[in-house]
Amino acid sequence: RQHFYIISGREPRGLIPSRGRGSDLLSVSARNCSWRERGQHGAERRVSGALAVGLHLPALGHLPSGEGRRGSRMAEEKKLKLSNTVLPSESMKVVAESMGIAQIQEETCQLLTDEVSYRIKEIAQDALKFMHMGKRQKLTTSDIDYALKLKNVEPLYGFHAQEFIPFRFASGGGRELYFYEEKEVDLSDIINTPLPRVPLDVCLKAHWLSIEGCQPAIPENPPPGNLRAQRPAPTPLPPPPFTSPALTAFPPAPKEQQKAEATEPLKSAKPGQEEDGPLKGKGQGATPADGKGKEKKAPPLLEGAPLRLKPRSIHELSVEQQLYYKEITEACVGSCEAKRAVRVNVVQNNLALLIYLMRMVKALMDNPTLYLEKYVHELIPAVMTCIVSRQLCLRPDVDNHWALRDFAARLVAQICKHFSTTTNNIQSRITKTFTKSWVDEKTPWTTRYGSIAGLAELGHDVIKTLILPRLQQEGERIRGVLDGPVLSNIDRIGADHVQSLLLKHCAPVLAKLRPPPDNQDAYRAEFGSLGPLLCSHVVKARAQAALQAQQVNRTTLTITQPRPTLTLSQAPQPGPRTPGLLKVPGSIALPVQTLVSARAAAPPQPSPPPTKFIVMSSSSSASSTQQVLSLSTSAPGSGSTTTSPVTTTVPSVQPIVKLVSTATSAPPSTAPSGPGSVQKYIVVSLPPTGEGKGGPTSHPSPAPPPTSAPSPLGVSALCGGKPEAGESPPPAPGTPKANGSQPPGCGSPPPAP
Amino acid sequence: MAALAEEQTEVAVKLEPEGPPTLLPPQTGDSAGEGGGGTTNNGPNGGGGNVAASSSSAGGDGGTPKPSVAVSAVAPAGAAPVPAAAPEAGAPHDRQTLLAVLQFLRQSNLREAEEALRREARLLEEAVAGSGAPGEADGAGAETASALLSRVTASAPGPAAPDPPVSGASGSAAVSGLAAGPAAPGKVGSVAVEDQPDVSAVLSAYNQQGDPTMYEEYYSGLKHFIECSLDCHRAELSQLFYPLFVHMYLELVYNQHENEAKSFFEKFHGDQECYYQDDLRVLSSLTKKEHMKGNETMLDFRTSKFVLRISRDSYQLLKRHLQEKQNNQIWNIVQEHLYIDIFDGMPRSKQQIDAMVGSLAGEAKREANKSKVFFGLLKEPEIEVPLDDEDEEGENEEGKPKKKKPKKDSIGSKSKKQDPNAPPQNRIPLPELKDSDKLDKIMNMKETTKRVRLGPDCLPSICFYTFLNAYQGLTAVDVTDDSSLIAGGFADSTVRVWSVTPKKLRSVKQAADLSLIDKESDDVLERIMDEKTASELKILYGHSGPVYGASFSPDRNYLLSSSEDGTVRLWSLQTFTCLVGYKGHNYPVWDTQFSPYGYYFVSGGHDRVARLWATDHYQPLRIFAGHLADVNCTRFHPNSNYVATGSADRTVRLWDVLNGNCVRIFTGHKGPIHSLTFSPNGRFLATGATDGRVLLWDIGHGLMVGELKGHSDTVCSLRFSRDGEILASGSMDNTVRLWDAIKAFEDLETDDFTTATGHINLPENSQELLLGTYMTKSTPVVHLHFTRRNLVLAAGAYSPQ
Repeated sequence: RQHFYIISGREPRGLIPSRGRGSDLLSVSARNCSWRERGQHGAERRVSGALAVGLHLPALGHLPSGEGRRGSRMAEEKKLKLSNTVLPSESMKVVAESMGIAQIQEETCQLLTDEVSYRIKEIAQDALKFMHMGKRQKLTTSDIDYALKLKNVEPLYGFHAQEFIPFRFASGGGRELYFYEEKEVDLSDIINTPLPRVPLDVCLKAHWLSIEGCQPAIPENPPPGNLRAQRPAPTPLPPPPFTSPALTAFPPAPKEQQKAEATEPLKSAKPGQEEDGPLKGKGQGATPADGKGKEKKAPPLLEGAPLRLKPRSIHELSVEQQLYYKEITEACVGSCEAKRAVRVNVVQNNLALLIYLMRMVKALMDNPTLYLEKYVHELIPAVMTCIVSRQLCLRPDVDNHWALRDFAARLVAQICKHFSTTTNNIQSRITKTFTKSWVDEKTPWTTRYGSIAGLAELGHDVIKTLILPRLQQEGERIRGVLDGPVLSNIDRIGADHVQSLLLKHCAPVLAKLRPPPDNQDAYRAEFGSLGPLLCSHVVKARAQAALQAQQVNRTTLTITQPRPTLTLSQAPQPGPRTPGLLKVPGSIALPVQTLVSARAAAPPQPSPPPTKFIVMSSSSSASSTQQVLSLSTSAPGSGSTTTSPVTTTVPSVQPIVKLVSTATSAPPSTAPSGPGSVQKYIVVSLPPTGEGKGGPTSHPSPAPPPTSAPSPLGVSALCGGKPEAGESPPPAPGTPKANGSQPPGCGSPPPAP
Repeated sequence: MAALAEEQTEVAVKLEPEGPPTLLPPQTGDSAGEGGGGTTNNGPNGGGGNVAASSSSAGGDGGTPKPSVAVSAVAPAGAAPVPAAAPEAGAPHDRQTLLAVLQFLRQSNLREAEEALRREARLLEEAVAGSGAPGEADGAGAETASALLSRVTASAPGPAAPDPPVSGASGSAAVSGLAAGPAAPGKVGSVAVEDQPDVSAVLSAYNQQGDPTMYEEYYSGLKHFIECSLDCHRAELSQLFYPLFVHMYLELVYNQHENEAKSFFEKFHGDQECYYQDDLRVLSSLTKKEHMKGNETMLDFRTSKFVLRISRDSYQLLKRHLQEKQNNQIWNIVQEHLYIDIFDGMPRSKQQIDAMVGSLAGEAKREANKSKVFFGLLKEPEIEVPLDDEDEEGENEEGKPKKKKPKKDSIGSKSKKQDPNAPPQNRIPLPELKDSDKLDKIMNMKETTKRVRLGPDCLPSICFYTFLNAYQGLTAVDVTDDSSLIAGGFADSTVRVWSVTPKKLRSVKQAADLSLIDKESDDVLERIMDEKTASELKILYGHSGPVYGASFSPDRNYLLSSSEDGTVRLWSLQTFTCLVGYKGHNYPVWDTQFSPYGYYFVSGGHDRVARLWATDHYQPLRIFAGHLADVNCTRFHPNSNYVATGSADRTVRLWDVLNGNCVRIFTGHKGPIHSLTFSPNGRFLATGATDGRVLLWDIGHGLMVGELKGHSDTVCSLRFSRDGEILASGSMDNTVRLWDAIKAFEDLETDDFTTATGHINLPENSQELLLGTYMTKSTPVVHLHFTRRNLVLAAGAYSPQ
């Protein structure tokens, strides 16, 4: 005889009595309440029960002010203010109407009102008792259920809500209504929704609330300064409901505190250790009974400066973010070996995940509020692995693990810069590791590449002292592979990469070291087989340096992207090429000429706003993983004619994402190596206006790009399809010129001019 | 007229002990147990019990001065006389006595006396008139009364017939005293009208009435008088406001003057003391006569007389005023619904009064706290001393064996001496010590030697166990005495037991596997454990409602849990299964606790009674009835001879396990009591309530000796340090506070005057006594525990707000 109304959400939240019950009640009351005399106690009970239930109906009048919902709060009011509020009889009418009874006498309404008000208050008062005994400050729906149970009334099955259930208010026509919004929800929606996650289980965590009378300043305890302020009404910190204990229970502590925690493990034992620690007096000897000597030191220190700690500000992370954070932290620096992600993913060769992990490490490094010192020893091996591991992906011949190595190498360099001290010698240890693996004859090309990259990122001095002397030797080795009989395609690719890496890093250094006249022969004599190539690179490097200087002179606009993105770059070498790789510089320091020429080709447009491109490509032939190639901002595009940049006026427009199939449109030079492979590009652009974006996609035929350099990849064709789209295309990376002029973006400091 | 409801509600189930080792359960415990459970219908103070009491009241004369009525556990209909304690002559009589007297007078043709008596107890006329009606006392009040009467008649010729001259004399003496009215000094309110829990009977007392429109006038007249009286009297007379207000309001409502009632309430409720607001809130919702049926709070007001303690001078003043004004309405209420405990001497100050009032039924009567309580500790068996010596020497390598020895000796000698205040060793049968218990005692002794001496300069460290992800569901916590296990009761009906030492929890092997074990081997206790089951956490499923109480047995073999489902469950910590479900409380059981000696345990719940159980009896051994509202918490005295209960009626009571009597009633709290703890020496009791205050009581003298103010919310947990130097309190306001217990009790000079009058002057020294406040992060402190080395363990569930 009962049915559920499902209201606003996934759970059945409200239960209302069925018609039958309701009309029972109303017919009883309609007979002018003669039922009382007939001693129908049961009926009375049920009536009130039903009405109490009925109050969850969508429409209902004034709630008794304060009762129930605010019951406990009222107790705090100093001066008694008991109002004998009752439900308005209109409520009864509305309830009756909602059950299909149109006519109900005023007198009946009044009687029902009194009765219901009384019963509701009674139940609310009982419910408060359950709240108190449950040691809570909040009344919950289950408290009401238990209170109903006490009265032998059937509880409201299914009416569960952890949180406050808001009543909505409406007025009009002289009537004021509080109602409970009720949506009709399709059952199949509910059935088809995936089950919610199982909440975390209860667990115990121990910490020191006080050590011999002093409260240690650990994250588990509230900040000392708050003590007084919080006295009357403790305002607790708001962590979210579903999160791991370690994270949620205690919001992040300020850096100093983390440092204290890190340096004084005594007071912040990890959950696992601590449980027995304090009890058994082992651990750090923390039991006051026998650990006195050690502890005495800590409290006075803290006692002396209780106000030194800044009040922390709290950023609320969404539940998803927290979950993510928890997972990722655990995966990265957790103590559980099995969970530590780099190891797992290296074994599984999951390149995509490794990239994400490295990005996360980068993000951690960039976060100025974290005190990472104590985790560095956990971080370094992971990052190093990503640099020098023999294999990082499933298909080393196709996947671009080189970019990951480059990125990780930059990370290591950053770590060295931040954390290396004379005591821990991180930099020298890392250098030693790299050198050792590079020097070893049997090292595979992948590791070789990583070691060189790692060394190169450590700075010019390292390149000068460690790489340059070995250039000749390495050149021979490369030649041996490239020119020799084709033994293994993988080796070939590796050697190829190593060569371009060496050229890339050594050229700028050499350009500074050597006086200008660059002679191919001199280079060959000094650096062996790599000499000529090196020479041409040095020339280019010089040219670019000059160019940059010029650019700096011309416009003050050199916006360097502070945050590097991980770009999977394609080495600008002719020859076999992995498909679908496209290099778009992450930095803005583009040669202005390019832009100017691009503008010249463009139809006159007063102020061409910047456009963002995200080019994604997926090669269906090789691996199914999609690779995000690059992100480029072409902000300084306006800089040529008007000197004032317009970077700040980017209108917020929805990005347009297009999927373009360019199987046939790619120029031959960029044809993917996989025969017959179909390459897809996704162009995401943030257009200044919606117009003109159809252009690239609607022009599959390659058109000459406005840049002077031929574009090796379909992207320029795409971008160049329409003049306005081409006004700020990234310079095609594949060309020697573009490449040469390309700043070593992605976060590593540009070589000093 | 004065109904001594309080005494009558103290019904104790008392039995002839058949022999050790247990206090025996009632033979027909069913009816007693279940019948006492009702709150909405008949309270624990069931009518049947009183009948039996009254029939024998005149027969016994050697009873305690405390007029607790012991009742046989047999069904109410059987008014079999029992050798119960009876009130002495001259002591207040109850309604049944009066009825018996009337009956007797009628039989003896003493018409005049009968008339006179009846005039006094006008109310009874209807009841007596309807004496012809037979039947069980479950209907209207008249019926009940008549049934009572007929039963009295029936039992009169029996062997235990009341001694007519005595009871008659005493009854009429009291009555005539009253009839003399104002002239009778100090006897006011001493004659019982009735104590019928039956609603109709109770309500009928409100039948007589004056002009409803005059009520406001009456009340404001009295108010004016009191406010204009001398300062010294004003405070005392102000106590009248609240009970008068309540009863006048109820009379108005009962007689269906709803509008007058409403306006009366509106007008005067603001004058009442703030600590009555909970009751006032209940009252304010009572607007119709129909509502009064089945309202427990209403019943409380009616069935129990509100006790006021007023000096003779003030009382005379009041009486004179009421007579002058011919204010019969108020006079009637004073006579019928209030018990005025008159004392000679100086009127009390406002502070003195405020300290003691606040409970649902006013202050405790002075004589309620007069009986002797054996608060001393039992003698410890002296098994472990030699063993201990050897161990100490062997273990103490690094150092101060000399220092420790005398200390230990003193401990030993202390336990050897018999405490003069201790109960006889075998006052109640206690379980014999097992070998494992002896081992545990030895361990305890060893730990004791390493105990930190606490004091204001040496505060204990607090280790806080936070229950994470409890989703507001943690309702009870307990820690074993040796601090190795921690149990949590949760709103989802589970009980979870954690091991907080590296030793994991293991259950015993299956029976089949057990049979394979070599029982002679030395490590048989190890061998019976199933390694496969080892885990840090065991979850016990069995309850069907939130678990509000949990308690480990002293030997750590059992765990008790009490729940909303009305049961107390006993769990084995060897097998992690439920052994027994104790049914008796039909309503939520708020708390349960094992006796410090094991075997017995006590539980208290929504049905307003506390019950004493033994683990091997599925019926309660004692029912401690008397509280006027839920029994929120229960604690055993360290000597296991007494049980303290804290209640939502804002009183604390101490019950004698031996005979079920209520031996102490402590009033003074202004909110429901949620925590109790005895000091380790058994002399003192500390109680905490929703008002955030902790009160300290001297059990021997029955006096409040201290008040600790500081918490801003319910005090949920209290614990003394092992040597009683420090009192720790934990609260819903997310703090743990440490108090200097030594100082709080140190200059206690309880002179005879204070003891006799119960007038207390509390020093305002909370701030001096407060040694530390430790704030948790949004974690109410649900439980506190001192380890054997005096480290504080606190526990609570983190509750994001």
